[in-house]
Amino acid sequence: MSNAVSALQGEAHTGFATITEQGLRGMITLRGDLSAAPMKKAVKALTGSGVPQMRGCVLSDSHGVAWMSPDELLILCPYTHAEAAVAELSKALAGQHFLAANMSDARAVFAITGSAARQVVAKLAPVDMAQSAFSEGEIRRTRLAQAPAAFWLRDAEMIEVMCFRSQAEYVFELLKRAAQPGSETGLF
Amino acid sequence: MLVLTCPCCGVEADETELAAGGQAHIKRETVGASDDAFEEYMFMRENPKGVHFERWRHANGCGKWFHAARCTMTLEVFGTYTAQTYEPPADIRAAITAKRPGWSWGRFS
Repeated sequence: MSNAVSALQGEAHTGFATITEQGLRGMITLRGDLSAAPMKKAVKALTGSGVPQMRGCVLSDSHGVAWMSPDELLILCPYTHAEAAVAELSKALAGQHFLAANMSDARAVFAITGSAARQVVAKLAPVDMAQSAFSEGEIRRTRLAQAPAAFWLRDAEMIEVMCFRSQAEYVFELLKRAAQPGSETGLF
Repeated sequence: MLVLTCPCCGVEADETELAAGGQAHIKRETVGASDDAFEEYMFMRENPKGVHFERWRHANGCGKWFHAARCTMTLEVFGTYTAQTYEPPADIRAAITAKRPGWSWGRFS
């Protein structure tokens, strides 16, 4: 078996917020009818939480489930569990019209930590990052400069950003530049 | 900047998150169509100064197609609605009528 490594292998940078590449993360794309009972049951069995509401994102320490579109969920799990999780979903949803694919190696995840984490994202994405407009329990798919990305709040001072692995370096450079000391916006 | 609310995910997306899909409510002509009907489908487009219906895709977001009704002159948005329809829904038409009485666009008014 090959030795799987993440795109930037945990590289980190500290500006007015700290950017850390998060290493390997299990990610499963699950598509199908999100309102169907077998789908709800399968998601519950795997992650321990129900199918989230529109743009919802439910996280636990090891797992998570996020609403990607009206017919798509993102399931987060430990990297080494992803294959087994896909098999589990495929078994639970057999006979349904669905897709479960292990996308772990297609993605990179960054964490932005610090009280000014929101400012870093606000500089790059066309999203209102005010406390009242974006809060915990929500996922936002958008773009960071020219790269498609999605992010959610792990806690009040930690934003996790997900992007394509092929764009990991570009996104890391963007985040580093946006977190440059002295360029704080003072917002949020 | 044009800001449209995606009816599929509820996000207020600005145009940098969206991909334009051209005119909405075009009837596709195919095998067996007359040359005139096919020409109409293939080449003829509305080019209004005022009320217009367009297709958009929330490309940097949920990825879904939807419809939007807006004014090409003022960039005022009358509403967005599902892509799974052949014509603008009644509430969108009513919203346009309230602001642009007597409007007409293609076969709709």
